Amino acid sequence: MSKRIEVLKTYKIYIGGQFPRTESGRTYIAYSPKGEQLANVCLSSRKDVRDAVGSARSAFGGWSARAAFNRGQILYRIAEMLEGRKAQFIDELVKQGSSKASAETEVNRSIDRLIYYSGWCDKYQQIFSSVNPVASSHFNFSALEPMGVVTIVAPQNTSLIGLVSVMAPVIAGGNSCVILASENKPLCAVTFAEVLNSSDLPGGVVNILTGKVAELLPFLADHMDVNAIFYGENDAANKKLIREKASLNVKRTVIYESKNWVEEKNESPYFINDFQEVKTTWHPIENIGGAKAGY
Amino acid sequence: MAGVKKNNLRLKFDSSRNLAPAPESKSIANIADRYDLFINGKFEKPSSKKYFDTINPATEEKLSSVAEANNADVNKAVSAARTAYEKVWKKTSAKERAKYIYRIARMIQERARELAVIETLDGGKPIRESRDFDVPTAANHFFYYAGWADKLEYAFPNKNPQPLGVAGQIIPWNFPLLMAAWKIAPALATGNTVVLKPAETTPLTALKLAEIIQEADLPPGVVNIITGAGATGAAIVNHPDINKIAFTGSTDVGKIIQRAVAGSDKKVTLELGGKAANIIFDDAPLDQAVEGVINGIFFNQGHVCCAGSRLFVQESVYKIVLQKLKDRMESLIVGNPMDKNTDVGAINSRQQLEVIHKYLKIGQQEGAEMFQSSCAIPKKGFYCRPTIFTNVAQSNRIAQEEIFGPVLAIQTFRTEDEVIEKANNTPFGLSAGVWTDKGSKIFNMTSKLRAGVIWANTYNKFDPVSPFGGYKESGFGREGGLHGLGAYLKV
Repeated sequence: MSKRIEVLKTYKIYIGGQFPRTESGRTYIAYSPKGEQLANVCLSSRKDVRDAVGSARSAFGGWSARAAFNRGQILYRIAEMLEGRKAQFIDELVKQGSSKASAETEVNRSIDRLIYYSGWCDKYQQIFSSVNPVASSHFNFSALEPMGVVTIVAPQNTSLIGLVSVMAPVIAGGNSCVILASENKPLCAVTFAEVLNSSDLPGGVVNILTGKVAELLPFLADHMDVNAIFYGENDAANKKLIREKASLNVKRTVIYESKNWVEEKNESPYFINDFQEVKTTWHPIENIGGAKAGY
Repeated sequence: MAGVKKNNLRLKFDSSRNLAPAPESKSIANIADRYDLFINGKFEKPSSKKYFDTINPATEEKLSSVAEANNADVNKAVSAARTAYEKVWKKTSAKERAKYIYRIARMIQERARELAVIETLDGGKPIRESRDFDVPTAANHFFYYAGWADKLEYAFPNKNPQPLGVAGQIIPWNFPLLMAAWKIAPALATGNTVVLKPAETTPLTALKLAEIIQEADLPPGVVNIITGAGATGAAIVNHPDINKIAFTGSTDVGKIIQRAVAGSDKKVTLELGGKAANIIFDDAPLDQAVEGVINGIFFNQGHVCCAGSRLFVQESVYKIVLQKLKDRMESLIVGNPMDKNTDVGAINSRQQLEVIHKYLKIGQQEGAEMFQSSCAIPKKGFYCRPTIFTNVAQSNRIAQEEIFGPVLAIQTFRTEDEVIEKANNTPFGLSAGVWTDKGSKIFNMTSKLRAGVIWANTYNKFDPVSPFGGYKESGFGREGGLHGLGAYLKV
């Protein structure tokens, strides 16, 4: 009996709920740490960034208007789908250099993190909002709203947990995003896009590109229809470049020191808050009769 | 509407309505001939050896001359702030820090009238505004943030908030003392020290505040106030020993600052320009709405970043709103800012007056129709009549760019969705206003307008407890309230 030939997976990018190849037609090879060829991965271009930002912008209105409870359910659904495909992710992580044990921890932690942020979807607002006791006869409150479209350079040293840890608070807060996957460990990002695609998450809320950070970073940072950019590495030159380009449209830059995202301390509603605007609303209180509630 | 008689009654605004002059006395204003730089608790001569004049824009008379800080002076101020931070302020208990700030609040209240008069003389705003708004709100701002100093851990649950260090603060000329309060009060309450630069056309009340800070016995170097123009500001922004830049001013300069600090880890907050939409629905209480529109655009001569400089009126009430607006404009008293009856004072500077005139030309060239109130304006000094433009297209520059003067661009709309789209179609996002009697419509509008401050059935209200700041190109970070603390803390 002849040996069965394995069906190899084509790793494509994820834009607007579709899995196109990069419009540039280019690919690069993802290697294992031992130098084995793992896959041909899309080498995304500036045009892909633009397409992805366009999709994210179109998706933003609907996603931000979803009930917070509904967003929580969808994040939970993503976790469910990831749980069901655990083995595949562990396998990809091992191929990309993780030990079996650490791969398992990373996938478990990724699932748990999605559950964690699922729970926050309808709670962080109450933590960070306020009713403000102004001196005049007005009712005044400050509430949070999402920033809009966020571009994200996924943490580069992990394939899955970094991406999940940064994406989850961004979309939990009602933003849409464009994520550039880990350049050297891109496999899980693409497979995770398949998880997203089967999770009731509307297309365009999360868009995932693979490619070179050096090539795409300027475009993620200078796009005029992007409201905020996330970067989590310690590369001083890249940080400077991001902040300079961001100034073109007063983009918010959310820049963290490099973190070990597997650690439990690296989850918090403050990460959601980092991608929120504060809106303050005033309305007069009628105060003509002067009647007091004297009970 | 057959059978309904058209009402042609109009209010008359002739000379019989002229009020007798009611000038505030200048005698309370104690202005020195010359001001030095306030560094390390003392007034020091600038190493630049240079001084520049500050004038009264209402009369073009010189009020005083103030020092121009150069790089060496900025170095001195920053190093005083650094030393004060490391040696004194960091170690001062939060409760004692609070007491100093309370003291400043009280002293501003004690000297409120003097500060109001100087504010009006130096900046041109009506004395009614500086007396009833700028100065009391500045004092309240210190009083409010003083109380936060020993309560910071309650503002950031599960965190241990720490001060940043030295804050460099650059403020504009439209609310000189109030902006100084907005900057200094939260910085001190959170344990930072300060180098503050007031705007070059309005330095006097900040220097008066320096005297108050000296009198309050605040440890030397905790607050340094240095005067100068753009170059002084740039030296602060680029100084390597500053941990935080807080800037209020134009979007253009804000972008330059954001870019300038890109290579550093300075924390930045920017309060920039705006082009706020003020929206009147046909079910709004129209007289109240018109009053709000007037206040929204003519308060402080329109030198307000959150001014309601675009008006959207629902088509069905456009005619009546326009008539009421013109009538109300005719009743505005324009002129001597020191007169207690004055509604609209002097434009802050010749330069700003030229900017406004440039836009009046542009508006007419673009085909919009201009209406100005028919009031007389003083011959000397910088004045601009309250102005509205009708027949404005969304793409017109007067509907897109911040003018920062008493100039309103009026457009119409039919549906809620249409006006939301038009209102949000701007790179700015500082503020917006909505006028309607329907509650559910208010909440639809206030949640869909992309701006940091939304006034519903009111406009241009401010309070120390109320966070203020923009979306998009109107800047980032909030000032005021609990949210204003975050700008000055490592959380």
